[in-house]
Amino acid sequence: MSISLNPWVWIAAFLTLSMMSFLYKDNIFYKIGEHIYVGSSAAFMLIYLWYFDVKPKLIDGFINNTGFSRWILIIPAFLSLLMLMRFVRPVAWISRWAIAFTVGMGAGLGITGLLQGFLVPQIKATILPLYVSGHSTLMTIYLSLNNILLILGTLSAIVYFYFSKEHTGPVKKISQIGITFIMVAFGASFGYTVMARISLLIGRVYFLLHNWLGLV
Amino acid sequence: MREFLEKAGNIDRRIIYLIIFLAVATTILVKARFKSSPLPEVQRSYKIINDLPSGSVVMFSIDYDASSMPELDPMLRAMLRHCFKKNLKVIMLGHWPLGLPLGQLALDDIAREYHKKYGTDYVFLGYRPGLQAVMLNLGKEIRSVFATDYKGTPLDSLPLMRNVHNYNDIAILVGLEAGSVGDAWVQFANARFNQKIILGSTAVITPDLYPYLQAGQIVGLIGGLRGASDYETLVEHPAMASLGMSSQTVVHVLIILLILLGNIGYFATRRKK
Repeated sequence: MSISLNPWVWIAAFLTLSMMSFLYKDNIFYKIGEHIYVGSSAAFMLIYLWYFDVKPKLIDGFINNTGFSRWILIIPAFLSLLMLMRFVRPVAWISRWAIAFTVGMGAGLGITGLLQGFLVPQIKATILPLYVSGHSTLMTIYLSLNNILLILGTLSAIVYFYFSKEHTGPVKKISQIGITFIMVAFGASFGYTVMARISLLIGRVYFLLHNWLGLV
Repeated sequence: MREFLEKAGNIDRRIIYLIIFLAVATTILVKARFKSSPLPEVQRSYKIINDLPSGSVVMFSIDYDASSMPELDPMLRAMLRHCFKKNLKVIMLGHWPLGLPLGQLALDDIAREYHKKYGTDYVFLGYRPGLQAVMLNLGKEIRSVFATDYKGTPLDSLPLMRNVHNYNDIAILVGLEAGSVGDAWVQFANARFNQKIILGSTAVITPDLYPYLQAGQIVGLIGGLRGASDYETLVEHPAMASLGMSSQTVVHVLIILLILLGNIGYFATRRKK
């Protein structure tokens, strides 16, 4: 056993235990940890944006560039100033112009990205043969069943979300198959989420036992 | 008996937290190890990197922060070990400013372990805001987004970067994801530039990424602590993830038992009512 002599490790251990103490009940140590986290994250983000974006791209760019590359920077600088107008109540509405620019650009990129990078490839991936020949009978059954399940799952889940026709008769039956597939997906998702949360606990416990107390 | 079952169904949640904490701590302290064979998608990711010719460029994107570190940091370290062992060149950037220093720490640690030189064997580019715009411009010319590395050194003065201009010069992009940046990599880098992508993700978002793998939009997927542990096994360097997976196994059994106990308690109470 060799307890760490690094004061930063002690601070990290204190903050870890402070955050964990919330599991017992809300308390002053948890509040301290929470406020330090929020404050330091905001400060860190600000510094990062300044040194990785505003200074090299805007300020240094304006000083060092010439011609078009220099003067084009006036546009983002102007939009940034418009955004800051939110803090000046009488002219706060001007910030909407900058927001409109951001939203427009985001929507444009998002729509094309989703269509080209998600919807079309995903539809293509469900156009599969119902019979796949494998190197053995068992493999053929396995591969074919896999494709059938995938197509059935996709179509029935889409029918479940089709609300333009009342879910009665065959539509009801298919949508019930669809909800079964959706439930299986939720179950897998929940299982993975449990694993993720336990992983976080493992990470902190390992830190306490290894880095702080030196027991492992 | 019924009284016991009723009580079992109403255990104070703080006792459950304590039991889980003790289970995790004990398993780590005794260094319990359970054998498991790596998942096919992790094996595929390993093989793709393993088959790259020496000198190929692998780009890592750090899209997580401290809250996902226990899952993604071991994954990053295992993959970096693999890259440096195979003499591959590493470029690192990221879209989560708070997580980038964690990536840089791991990169410096592993590079030191393999005696790799900054600028020749690996480069840390840092962060630029603009997510999709950054991804699209990386496909045209890296210098239009990152004129310099994180220290302000012009890219052309770094030997590794001299012949790296866009995705055509990057063999594999590895995105370590705790949020939706992985979707953006697939939608922009893969769909528009045909960039080969391996995603490493937290367990929470792993189920959402499987459709990309099934559709062939990504070539490999490493999910959660299990994925990290599998990769550690494949690079023959078991570390924190492998140790953590033993705790994971014990806690999962415990959770199943607690769920059963809770349900038995619930039905015992309901019958009484």
